[in-house]
Formats: sequence, C-alpha cells, structure tokens
Amino acid sequence: MRGRRRENPVTVPEMATILGRVFMTVTTTATGSTPATDLGHLLHKHPDRAQTFSTAHGTAHVFYPRADTDRCTAALLLEIDPVALVRRGGGKGGRAKGTGPDATLDRYVNDRPYAASSLFAVALGAVFRTAMRGQCAARPELPTLRLPLWIEVPALTARGGPGLVERLFAPLGWRVTARPVPLDPDFPEWGDSQTVSLTLSGELALGTALRQLYVLLPVLDGAKHYWITEEEVDKLLRAGDGWLEHHPEQELIAARYLARKAALTRSALERLELARLAAADGVAAAELDDAVDEQHDTEERPAPLAELRRAAILATLRESGATRVVDLGCGQGQLLAELLKEPRFTEIVGVDVSVRALRSAARRLRLEQMGERQASRITLRQGALTYTDSRLTGMDAAVLCEVVEHVDPPRLAALEYAVFGAARPGTVVVTTPNAEYNVRWESLPAGTMRHRDHRFEWTRAEFARWAAGVCERHGYRAEFRPVGEEDPDVGPPTQLALFRRLTPADSDAASAAGPHAVRNGTPASRTTTGTSHQETGA
Amino acid sequence: MTALAVPDVCLVVLIGTTGAGKSTFARRLFAPTETVSSDVCRGMVADDENDQSATPDAFELLHYIVGKRLAAGRLTVVDATNVQSEARRALVALAREHDVLPVAVVLDVPEPVCAARNAARPDRASMPAHVLPRQRRELRRSLRGLAREGFRTVHVLRGTDEVDAATVTRERRYSDLRHLTGPFDIVGDVHGCRAELETLLTRLGYALERDAAGRATGAHHPGGRTAVFVGDLVDRGPDSPGVLRLVMGMVEAGDALAVSGNHEQKLARHLRGRRVRISHGLAETVAQLAREEDAFTGRVTAFVDSLTSHYVLDGGRLVVAHAGLPEKYHGRASGRVRAHALYGDTTGETDEFGLPVRYPWAEEYRGRAAVVYGHTPVPAPLWINNTLCLDTGCVFGGALTALRWPERELVDTPAERTWYEPVRPLAPVAPEPAERPLDLGDVAGRRVVETRHHGRIAVREDNAAAALEVMSRFALDPRLLGYLPPTMAPCATSRRDGFLEHPEEAFAAYRDAGVREVVCEEKHMGSRAVVLVCRNEDAARERFGVPGVSGALYTRTGRAFFADGALTERLLASVRAAVDGAGLWEELATDWLLLDAELLPWSLKAGKLLREQYAAVGAAARSALPPAVAALERAAARGVAVDDLLERHRGRAADTTAFTEAYRRYCWPVSGLDGVGLAPFQLLAVDGRSLAAEPHDAQLALIDRLVAADPSGLLRTTGRLFVDTEDEASRARATDWWLEATGAGGEGMVVKPLQALVRGGGGRLVQPGVKCRGREYLRIVYGPEYTRPDQLERLRDRHLGHKRSLALREYALGLEALDRLAAGEPLWRVHEPVFAVLALESEPVDPRL
Repeated sequence: MRGRRRENPVTVPEMATILGRVFMTVTTTATGSTPATDLGHLLHKHPDRAQTFSTAHGTAHVFYPRADTDRCTAALLLEIDPVALVRRGGGKGGRAKGTGPDATLDRYVNDRPYAASSLFAVALGAVFRTAMRGQCAARPELPTLRLPLWIEVPALTARGGPGLVERLFAPLGWRVTARPVPLDPDFPEWGDSQTVSLTLSGELALGTALRQLYVLLPVLDGAKHYWITEEEVDKLLRAGDGWLEHHPEQELIAARYLARKAALTRSALERLELARLAAADGVAAAELDDAVDEQHDTEERPAPLAELRRAAILATLRESGATRVVDLGCGQGQLLAELLKEPRFTEIVGVDVSVRALRSAARRLRLEQMGERQASRITLRQGALTYTDSRLTGMDAAVLCEVVEHVDPPRLAALEYAVFGAARPGTVVVTTPNAEYNVRWESLPAGTMRHRDHRFEWTRAEFARWAAGVCERHGYRAEFRPVGEEDPDVGPPTQLALFRRLTPADSDAASAAGPHAVRNGTPASRTTTGTSHQETGA
Repeated sequence: MTALAVPDVCLVVLIGTTGAGKSTFARRLFAPTETVSSDVCRGMVADDENDQSATPDAFELLHYIVGKRLAAGRLTVVDATNVQSEARRALVALAREHDVLPVAVVLDVPEPVCAARNAARPDRASMPAHVLPRQRRELRRSLRGLAREGFRTVHVLRGTDEVDAATVTRERRYSDLRHLTGPFDIVGDVHGCRAELETLLTRLGYALERDAAGRATGAHHPGGRTAVFVGDLVDRGPDSPGVLRLVMGMVEAGDALAVSGNHEQKLARHLRGRRVRISHGLAETVAQLAREEDAFTGRVTAFVDSLTSHYVLDGGRLVVAHAGLPEKYHGRASGRVRAHALYGDTTGETDEFGLPVRYPWAEEYRGRAAVVYGHTPVPAPLWINNTLCLDTGCVFGGALTALRWPERELVDTPAERTWYEPVRPLAPVAPEPAERPLDLGDVAGRRVVETRHHGRIAVREDNAAAALEVMSRFALDPRLLGYLPPTMAPCATSRRDGFLEHPEEAFAAYRDAGVREVVCEEKHMGSRAVVLVCRNEDAARERFGVPGVSGALYTRTGRAFFADGALTERLLASVRAAVDGAGLWEELATDWLLLDAELLPWSLKAGKLLREQYAAVGAAARSALPPAVAALERAAARGVAVDDLLERHRGRAADTTAFTEAYRRYCWPVSGLDGVGLAPFQLLAVDGRSLAAEPHDAQLALIDRLVAADPSGLLRTTGRLFVDTEDEASRARATDWWLEATGAGGEGMVVKPLQALVRGGGGRLVQPGVKCRGREYLRIVYGPEYTRPDQLERLRDRHLGHKRSLALREYALGLEALDRLAAGEPLWRVHEPVFAVLALESEPVDPRL
C-alpha cells in the first residue's frame, strides 16, 4: 500500500456534492429603526470587505454583493480544493493524520463514492459561529430580533427532492421555493438531478436560521456522517435548540444527521471490493452491491408475511424430522435465528454469496458473544448456488427461502444441479413469490416485481412446472403449500414447495405404477428413478 | 550383503527393540528428512526424548507428519520400536489411508548387544531393566504375523552383521510407467470382439502377425507405437480367446500394454478355481476357452493374473485405468485403488435396472493428467475435465474406439453386429455439457493460478469473495465466459504544460523497453465488450454446451450488455454476417470467434452512472456558478476587492461547460440496435488457437475485412497509425494525430507494441498497451477544473506502479484463459484465470488511472 495514502481519489460524485454546496446568500431588509446593514454586525463580517477563512477542505469567502440601508445581502462562497480533499490531512484543519483507527479508515472511505461530506455546513459553522450562537457584543439586542430574511442556495443536493425540502423548512415558518435542476438540458429525457435551487423567506432570528441550515443542509443531502462522535450529538442538540424539538420530521432529521458511525463506516468498508468491480465495469456501485437492503431488511411489506413464511418453513422442517439444516441464501440470518431457538436443529449452516450479508447475519445472531455450545451448532459461510459445494452434501434439509427468483433464468439449471443433483439433501424447502398475487398489492405498480433484484416471479403454474421438472430430473417428489392468506382468485402471496428425495421404496412403487423417467440431460449416473408424483397444491 | 527392495513410494516401518540400531540404520540408508523418529517427536512435544509420559502426544505428532508426507507421495521411514502390534496397526492404517504399500524391516539384534548399547548411552542408562526383555518377547511374537497384519513386504535382518551390510533398492511401482512416452494407441473395451479389434489395429497402422492356422498372434506398429488396452478384453463377445491370443502376443512382444478390467479380474478368479457367479458374459468366455488347449488356458491364467490395475504413462501426463481413477489414486497402491480402477465408485444407490449407480468421479476430476478409461458404455467418447471414456459398447453393437496419444485423435471401427444385448441403454457417463457444473472449490478462497507467460499469480481471499458475488449474481453462464479483458495502465505522467498524459511518454517508455514498432489505436469511448460469435446455434451448443444462443456479448465483469436476449442475437447476427462475408470461418478453420471490442455509445451501458454522477456534477455547477459570478460582479462593482475570486469563478464556469461537453460526446439515444456501434479491435481466439499474440497489423487487417464485410453498419473501424519509436518525425506525426483527434473530443489512443506479446530485459512481459487519454476527456476522470495549473501540478504526483503490475497480471491471466479455451481444456481450467481477472479487478488501485 505504499504511496496509496497520497492517492485517494476524490470521485466525480463526491465533486457533485461539493459543487452543489458552494454558494449561499442571506438577504435582509430594513425594519423600523434597524438598517439592513446591521446584518454585518450580526454576522461579524464587515460589509465593505471580502473576507477569507480557511476551513477543513478549502477556503470560505464572505462578501456582500449589496449593502444598502434598506437591503443587504451577504454571500458565503466555499472554494473546495478537490486535490487537497483527496490528500486528506494535508489541508489546514484536517483531521490528524496517521493517528487512531480513523486515520486508516478514511483512506478507504474516501476511496469511493460512499463518502459524502458536509463541507458546507462545516464552513457555515466555522465562519458564522458567533452569529449562530446568537451573540453580538456590539449590539446585544440584535440577535433576538426577528428579521425579514431571504436565503438562497442555488444548488442544494436534496435527496428526497423538493417535497422533502418543503417538509423540512415549512414547519419552521419559512416560505419555501425549491426548484429542481434538470440533469442536462441537452438530454431532457434524463429528467431532474438531485440538486434543487432553494429560496427561503420568512421572519426569523438570524442565528436560528443559520442553525437550521447547519443541521438541515446535511440532512437534505442524505450525507452520511462517517465521523459522528458523541460530540456530534451535542452539536445537534445545540444547533437544534428552540426548533428541532417541535419539528414534525424530528425523527428523520435526527436519523439522517446522526447516522450511526459504526454501521456506516462498516458498510462502507464492506463494499469496497464490489465498488471497485462496479467501477471497472463503469456502473454505479449500487448496481452491483445491493444484496443487503438496509432500508427494507430484504423483506417486502407487509412485514408479517416474512414471519408467516419463516413459520411455514419451520413447520415443514419439523415435520421432515431434519436436524441438520442449511439455509441457502440466508441473507441477514432471520431464519437462522429462528432455527437456533429450536434445539432439534443440531447443525445449522447459513450460506450466502454476499459477504456483507453474512457479516450482518453474524451481528444479528451475536455469534461473537454466543456460548460455545450454541455457537457449535451454527456455521456461516460464503457460497454461490451456481457452483456445486461439497461442504453441503450430507445435510438433512436445505432451505431456499426467496432465493430462486434472484437467479437469472439461464443459471437456474446450475442452481438446480448444485442443490438437487450434487448436495441432494433429503428435504428441500423452496419459497418464492406468487406473481399472481401481485395485483392484490396496491402499492405495487402493475407489471412490476416485488424487489428490484428479482429476475422473475412465477405464477403458481410456472412454479409447479419447474418443480415437476426438478423431481423428474433428480428423483424427488414435491408438494405445495400456501403461505399467507390465500386469495380465492390469485392464491397466496408466497408459494412454498416441499421436495423430498425419493427412497428406493418410492422407486419400486414408481416402477410398479408407471413408466420410467426419461433421463434427459441429467447426470444419469447419479439419478435414481425420477417420477412425477406430485400433489399439485393450487 | 542383503539388498532390501522397497517401492519408491511406500511406508517403511522399522521394527526392533531399543538399542537395535534403527536410527543408525535409517541414517545410513535413507535421507534424514525421510525418517520420522518417535524419539525426535517426543523431544518436540516434551523437550525430552525419553519422557515416556509424552508418548501419546509424540505418536500423534508422528502420525501427523507421516500422513502429510504420504499424502504428498513421499517415501517415509518410521523410526520407532514398533514391536507392539497395535503400534504397527496404526501405521498400516495410515499407509492404506494414503494408498501406499507398508513395508516392514525387522532388525532382529541379540538382546545383549542392545543392552550394551543402551548402557553406553547416558540418557538411556536409567532405563528400567525389564523394558528390553519385554520388547524382545513382543518382537518374537510379532515376527510370524507381519504379512497378515498387512505388510506387503517383510524384510528380516538377523544379527548386527546383516543389519550393517544391508542396502536398500528403490523399485519403481508397478503402475509407474512414466518413462514410457509412447506414442500410444489406447483401445477401449473389446469384450471378445476379435474381428473389430483386428480391423481397428489395422486402421491404426499395426501389421498383424498370424500363426499357421491364420490366427492373429500379435501386431506391430512400424512407427514404434504402443497399444494400450483399457481392460475388459473378454466376456460377452464371440471370440475372447482370439482377442487374448492377439493381445497377449502384443504384450509379450512389447507392442502393447494392458491394464486389468473387472472381467479379467473375474476370469482370473475363475481360472484359479475360485467360485464366481458365471454371469455378465463370463459363460461365453468359459465355453470358448474350453475349446482351447490346456497350455493356452495356462497362458491366459498367467496373463490375467499378472495384469496391473492402472498405469501412469508419458511423464505422468497420461493415466489408463479400466474404470477411471481420481487424481489422488494415481500411482498409488492399495485395495481401494485397485477396486476403483476395476469397478469405479458407486453412490450406494441402485437404478431402476437394478444396477449400481456410478459416482461421477470425472465431474470432480481436477487433475492435470489425462485419464483414459472404459468400463461404462457411452454413445460417443467425450472429454470431461481431461478424462475420456473409450468404451463405445462394441459388443452391444456400438463401436470399438481408440485414442491416439499424444495426438488426442479418435479412431473407431463400428461393431459388425450386436453381439450381446445390453441390460440398460447406453447413457452418457456424466451430465451433458449443458449441465456440467463448476465447483466452489474451483474458485473460492486464496488461490494461485499458474500462467505460462507470467508465472504464478495469486488471488487474495477477499478479492475472490467479491468476484464470487459478482460472478454468481450477475455474470453470464461461465461456459460462455472464456475471457475477461485486463485493465490497462496509462502512459507515464507527462510534465508538459497543460497535459497529464501525452503520447511522447508512451513512445519513450516503449523505446526504452527496446520496442521499436508500435501501433497507435484510436480509443473508442464506449464500453468494453467481449463478443463470442458462433457460426450458428448448433455450433454454440456443440462447442460451449449452451443451448438457445449463438454466442454472447458481455461487459468487462461478465455481465450481459442487453437484458433482452433477442437484441443480443440480432447484434450477433450482424457480426456473423460480417464473418461470413469476410470468409473468416473457413480461413481460420473455426466455428467460433472471440472478439475484443468497444460498444458504443457509452451511455448505452453507463446511462445510470452518467446521469447520477457525471450529469449531476454539471447540473449542480450550472445552477450554482452563475448566481455566484453575478454576486461577485455586484460586489466588485461596489468596490469590494473580489477580482481574483471573480476571475476564478468565471474560469470555473467555462471548465464546467467543457466538462459537460466532454461527456455529452459519448451520449446519444439508441433504439434497439439503431445508433449502436461495435468497434472490434482484436481477434482473441478461434477454435484450437489463441490469436492474442498475433501482431497488431495482421489483427487490424482481419478486423478491417470484417468491418468492410458488415452489411448492417454496426461495425466501426478503428483508426490507427504505425510508429517507429526511434524516429522523431514518426513520433511527431503520431502526436499530431492524437492532438487533432482529442482536440475534436476523442477519448485518446492506446499505444501497443506491434508484435503484441513482447518480452523485455530479464524476460519480463512488456506492457501490452498503454492508454494515452485526451486532455478534454480527462475532465470526466479528474474533474472539470483539473487543467488549472495548480491542480495539474499536484495531480502529476500519481503512482502508476500498482496499476502497471495489475495490468500485467491480468494480461497474463487473459492470455492463459485464451490458451486454455482454444485448446479445449476443461471448463474449470478456463474459468480459473477468468475468475482471477475479475478478482484482481477488485484490488485497490486509483480508479482514475
């Protein structure tokens, strides 16, 4: 890693954030005996001078485009130095370099688009600290005055769009104009960017207004604060004094502002390798790294369906008498947690292709704190269902809970072979969405699937057809069970198939009962009699 | 003097009381590293070689070391008293576990001699007096039963004279014929089909020798070839004695080798008078032999008794065993090795015909040696993971098949008739190619890939984990993914005013590496695309085993470009038409072509990235900068000193416009294939041949013919200029060419050695190409304002070492994949370097390079 320290690239998206936060103006007009130019006193910045301040990642300039008695405008312009931003620690005011764990961490976090900074708010805090505190030595009464204010931020990153801007500022007494900025006028079909041009007007004390911006600009940006410390919580409380406690979006503001440091730095680290692969392919990192859906916890709403599904799987497993169970595509380990609660399951293996999901599962299950005896029951490991895996042979049961629909149809044969041909557990439980039921979900636009990574969703007949083929090719029999409330027209929201491997006794019965299976295209060498003994569930 | 014969891989168990001189004996006759001593192990675990309380731990360690050595196939000597049968039992079990023969060497030295030696050693002086007599008693009891305990060879040395005079002769194992290099003709299961065998041998070029009665008694190849029979010469067919007469004659004359089949094994038992079930065609052989003279039957008995279960031939590159053999059994000797060689492995299940279900060992085979076998009749021979079943069921009316080695050519002769009705229909021994699986063990974890051009290349576990996720969630079927393109380093950083990259640096670097001829190729700003195009769907199915497609079009991480398969097929159809038109199928003698290309426009694949990242920068800047400039102008008009700031922000506004222009050039709308362009720039491989080392002028000539023959307008030509790096005028022309192209918005160019695959001083690979990106284009990479002198100066401090190393490693892996693909190596062998390229792409390196 020699030399890498100085090579942490600032990426273009990071630049978007930076450029979107460079400029703001605050305007006020004269009220009664107070001239508009008192703004200079309030801000502690002389209206006739341009002043320059060093901040962590560049230079902040304060100047007044206009300073008349009746109207006065102060401008804050932040000049980011992108190269200095890359070479963190070089700039004045940067975090101490080479000390503590963060010194290593920031190299990584900055390596990639996951880093977003709240440079502008930081600059605001640094340059107008006194004004934000509501102090003015020369004119102590001034800060308490409510002034007519116009605040313009021509380029503000607003994840959540103009609607969220309105929701955040309007309750504080502002009149809000938030105009979305198109991505590129040459390509109108690309639509709007996440930048909005913001104007606020209202009558507030200047200090309060600045403190609101200090908190809400990063909140709007969705900028993840990787460096939050206890101190930051205090900062939020201080800055929010007098307005945040009554804000209807208080929870969202606090959550976004104080996104937990541990979780965020961790997730940033866990995504690096994938992020690089995405970059190599010229696609956004999120396109490859979406195995762990933080917001939805990989479960569609209504949430109880996920519970029903787990309950159905557990019931099926109990019935099968299995004691050694592998959860293929265990995700964040929700089902594993249920399995652990039942001592009958003596060996539990969770397999997922996403290392991030496995880490998340390990945390959810508290594997590190688990007692030795309990811990010996469970193993988590990376595996991919399109490859055979010798470690999976000899298990009693395998669960594929909401997994098959994440596999591209041309690769399903590989999954089928890995599970039913190579691992060959006695019992296989497969659940998958019932596509027919989607019409019952009002929130789901017609023709769309339940999750953006679903490569397909099957109707009951399609699922049954696939299952029949599996049985035929690999010597299993299947029965189907509904999960969730069954709709008379479109069936249950989730469908479950229970596959059982045929025993020689089954084979005898089958050969007595009907014609032999065709062994087309399968490992004949390993195929026992396949039959199509199915009880169709629909 | 006694010469003790031991196989060159075996477990030698020394047996003798304390003081018998075992350690001295071992030191004299074996290498120090070959001997594992219980005393030494005791010392290792307890700091005292005589601490008897440490004995259990010491033996655990001894067994562990012995196991590791035997697993690696190394002769190992156990230096311990081994006078107790349970101690020996554990060692015999260990030898069997690793399929090597256990050999006992007994040092039977008189008790007084041993006692005197012990007394002379201070560390043993305090040994209790009863120990030695007890060991003597145990030794005497042991002597009779050693063979029964499982020792295949027992040498007993009586007295110190014999011990001191003994020597050791290491003998080649029966199975080890690595010194025979052939060429060979390996013949499948004959099963008494004498006429077909005679025909096949004649077709293979052997001259048959006949006796007075006209019976074939031998066959000799004038070219010195050797036939190798995979076993099952007898049973079921019409003339097993005739086959035996011919084959025995060939083996005796040195014209053939034969391994035993299960039918020979059973016949041998029958002839030795054992009771065997006369079934599966043995009855025919028995009846036919009854008509022969006793002397012949005696010869047959000796012959079938002498047969070895498998042979390792041709320097270890070829293994012949009747029912096949997994790699860990190659050259090993044990009951289970013989059993596998004769009968194969079974799953324990039986099929609907009542026959045992065979375990598909070939699917899991990952060895380098080719394994050629028979035993299981198949409709046609098919290489699976470097294994080949030659039993094409001649006796069942199929054919008798031979493999020419090392040519790997198949020669067969059809059965004259169905001689015997099969119990079950012929089925392939393994899944269809379409189903042939890859194993997680082929890719997961830390790996080292052997490459022919760049030695061993390591893949870290974390990188493999990321690659596994992308490969399994997003990539195409690995059978269609025979190659992933390597990354490419930029040229050295330029110090010229206004430039970060400049052609002069590329030319200088190649000149310094001794490369005089280079080619500059236009860099199309699109997305890297690999195109696999087959002559038709049948060709794709036959060669790659994937039904329903005629090729593939994928990105540098192996993802399909189009979600819509029909669109891919339409694009492939255009490429195919161009290949047809250019006549390349015939000229290159292939049914498939792999092309490296750039797919245009960039926005086709990178649309989301463009919108969310690049366009967003422009949008924010367009929104923020004009009000900022206006505010500065007003402040300036008020007399506030903001002139510098104003100037800089006017410059920024211009930079932003240039940035937006830079990406806009690579975006245009497409509909279906309308507006889509494909610029191929290298033919990577065709059937049987990697073209990656072809000189680029020859490459581009082929590509030009493709483009010219394209009726659809899909294919784009690649601009190029050939440069002599020693010639200033030539370099200047190229620089002008580059300046002109990049000035008009071109991405830049790639400079490659004309001879493609070039080695420099010390034999190291020279970079296969460096990119030289245009000044405007680099705004997309380094940001709108990177050309400002202060920024540029700092950006020049960039480190290319890791990128260059990565580029070379990925290049070598790519070459390796192409070589393996072209040679038709097993899928796992092709997938290994392909997967490694993907894994290396997740290594940390400055993404702007």
